[in-house]
Amino acid sequence: MDIIIGLTVKEGTIIATSKAATRGISILKDNDDKTRQLNSHNLIAYTGESGDTVQFAEYIQANIQLSTMRENEIELSPKAVASFVRNQLATSIRSRKPYQVNALIGGYDTKTQKPSLSWVDYLGTYVELPYGAHGYSAFYCTSLFDKHYRKDMTIDEGLKLLQMCVDELNRRMPIDFKGVYVKIVDAEGIRQIDFN
Amino acid sequence: MNSIAKQYTQGNVNPVSREINDAMAELATPPQLGLAPTLQLPPISQPTDFLRAHTDDATNPDCKIKIAHGTTTLAFRFQGGIIVAVDSRATAGNWIASQTVNKVIRINPKLLGTMAGGAADCQYWETWLGSQCRLYELRNKERISVAAASKILSNLVYEYKGMGLSMGTMICGVTKKEGPTIFYVDSDGTRLKGDLFCVGSGQTFAYGVLDSDYKWDLTVEEALYLGKRSILAATHRDAYSGGSINLYHVSEEGWEYHGNYNVGDIFWDIKAKEHSFVNVET
Repeated sequence: MDIIIGLTVKEGTIIATSKAATRGISILKDNDDKTRQLNSHNLIAYTGESGDTVQFAEYIQANIQLSTMRENEIELSPKAVASFVRNQLATSIRSRKPYQVNALIGGYDTKTQKPSLSWVDYLGTYVELPYGAHGYSAFYCTSLFDKHYRKDMTIDEGLKLLQMCVDELNRRMPIDFKGVYVKIVDAEGIRQIDFN
Repeated sequence: MNSIAKQYTQGNVNPVSREINDAMAELATPPQLGLAPTLQLPPISQPTDFLRAHTDDATNPDCKIKIAHGTTTLAFRFQGGIIVAVDSRATAGNWIASQTVNKVIRINPKLLGTMAGGAADCQYWETWLGSQCRLYELRNKERISVAAASKILSNLVYEYKGMGLSMGTMICGVTKKEGPTIFYVDSDGTRLKGDLFCVGSGQTFAYGVLDSDYKWDLTVEEALYLGKRSILAATHRDAYSGGSINLYHVSEEGWEYHGNYNVGDIFWDIKAKEHSFVNVET
């Protein structure tokens, strides 16, 4: 099961995704990036049924980029992006072949200058959270977040908390997930950072 | 109403008269209007479930249709380009259907596709991919990139997701802008770029040998041997892999065929040379 964790801090949103791409009993790739950039301040991280995940994320990416072009380079807010994603999944679940994709959307609202994290699942559930995770990683990480998360943490403090989570996952998860890619969304945009 | 009643009162008495009655009734129905279109449907509610029930060996060993399965294929990138190596056995259930299958499809002089999973699915859709690539070339006056070719295939199989397609393939090739490139594409829609892939029922055995001796700086000769040796390891341990090994090297100039090696022959040569396969008595 893939690992997807996210948390908001004072200046931005941090998203971590595991690097392993697994099929059956083999790890086929150890540098798989499970995120897509939607616009300059929004990022989607995804897990779920193989094949569906990338198709869905790229569909969302294309539509958000289309919106940016149509609206004369005015970009959708994190809330608008998350609503769009949720709407797509909610429509899909009532279709003949639903997308089986869970996602976290990390964003930074340049108007209100507030970071945001949206937790969306394949059933069409959508919540905005200070921190969240999908899959088995949620079982290990939510308790750690509940204990150590504080409002107005700095990015460095956030990364330290994330490191605690990844350490715990490395310790207790029965399969190697090959480490994580960490991306930060803040006022400057989206950037990837070195992480262990 | 009367005719229906008649059918049940009289029809059951004598099977012969019932058949005659049925035939009469059929003739009596007004002829189908030529202009009204009709659609023939299979008499089942879910065609995909029907197909699965009759072809999935894992859940139903008594299934009537055994799809040809079981393979070891590998491809890896290194300093000198790409090596592609595959076995040649096709199995349908426990039956070895063929020992001389060609599991590498030559899409064009610079592109190769490997076959694992359903033999028919791979063969058909990869030759189809070949024609799509040719059409791209004619339209754009330029050879298709490996990324684009693999995406045509992955989008195609994604359309058929859940309908019983079974394929695991590697699209290998060189282009000016990409250099040597490998894409893994499978029937659940996954498409991954990478340096080294093994696909098929013997993948784990091939990975074992390949990973342990793989280096980027391999010479072409070393790389060809490693590819061959990894498939040999898989054919030795995986009952569904065997026959012979087909070897390819892809360089800037395009792919080059490096021959067919019968597993039964080279096994003894390699065993003698390496002093390996100690579990096998000479």
